[in-house]
Amino acid sequence: MIYLQLFWSFLQIGLFSFGGGMAAMPLIQNQVVDIHGWLTLAEFTDLITISEMTPGPIAINSATFVGTQIAGFGGALVSTLGSILPSCIIVLSLAWLYSKYQELVVIKGILAGLRPTVVALILSAGLSILVLAFWGSAGFTWNLASLDFIAVALFAGWLFLLRKFDLNPIVVILGSGLIGGTCYLLF
Amino acid sequence: MEKNSKNYFTLFKSTFFLSAFTFGGGYVIVPMMKKKFVDKFGWLEEEEMLNIAAIAQSSPGAMAVNASILVGWRLLGLSGALVAILGTILPPFIILSIISLFYAAFRDNAVVSAVLKGMMAGVCAVIFDVVITMGGKIIKTRKWLPILIMVGAFIVYYVLRVNIIYIIVFCATLGALVSLYDKHAGKEHI
Repeated sequence: MIYLQLFWSFLQIGLFSFGGGMAAMPLIQNQVVDIHGWLTLAEFTDLITISEMTPGPIAINSATFVGTQIAGFGGALVSTLGSILPSCIIVLSLAWLYSKYQELVVIKGILAGLRPTVVALILSAGLSILVLAFWGSAGFTWNLASLDFIAVALFAGWLFLLRKFDLNPIVVILGSGLIGGTCYLLF
Repeated sequence: MEKNSKNYFTLFKSTFFLSAFTFGGGYVIVPMMKKKFVDKFGWLEEEEMLNIAAIAQSSPGAMAVNASILVGWRLLGLSGALVAILGTILPPFIILSIISLFYAAFRDNAVVSAVLKGMMAGVCAVIFDVVITMGGKIIKTRKWLPILIMVGAFIVYYVLRVNIIYIIVFCATLGALVSLYDKHAGKEHI
């Protein structure tokens, strides 16, 4: 039963994540944290952190990680299969369509409609992680005492450096772990 | 291309190493595939590789997986596609399986959890950097419809908590209909 649930969840993630890169992140969060509660938001954030530092697509990384956590090796296998099955079917159908009709107005239109949508969805996922980083699992409050100033300083500093110098994300995450980790252990 | 074990093994080895050493997602893997399959082996024409990249980008799912399915299929048919998929997903599968086992054992260690907490702020910065870059491109088009879709989708998802799949299907349909209308009317809304 859990195998079927994992397969079905990652099938939906594979089917609806358009645009590559982080496009799958909000869908994974939706399935894994919001709908099934397989990971807490903090664990999900650790998963994104790990995915950004290791090779391979976020969806495959997540399928393996979540599958292993929930149902061991078999869980990882069915989740990964679920996440790539839609790709296999759709990518080959599209290749066939392209060879028949050189220009596909409808598919271009679909992608144009999804581009701004994906930005909004990634922003939403990013905001929920930001709230967790700044205020902890209790969530947003106006009370300054519950604000994590180390996290705010790290976020602002790294974002500034990323915009200014186009840093490699791996450098940013490792640097943030080193500086932030030291601060958290000391204070 | 001839379907012999040497070619299958070369395809597997190439996709495996491409996947194992590609950090930073799908946009990086296409130029690396071009280097290997077009420039080094001469298995594909440059234009074929461009088409493969375009189709991989248009399909849902991970771009690295999409591109390797197409390369494998084009070179060695269905069995080639399967070999290329295997080569592409094995490295992340192995790495994340191992990390997953260690994660459960080390998550509650004081040092590990402090480092992960520090990394959380860094990951947020990376995500917001991506959002600013992608969102900036949408705004720079100066077309009102994409900007409206971006703002609308954010409100509907983050504030109103509407099902994410409904939002994706709705915006995809809207994009398809508007583009058909645009082509018919000679306009450029999207």
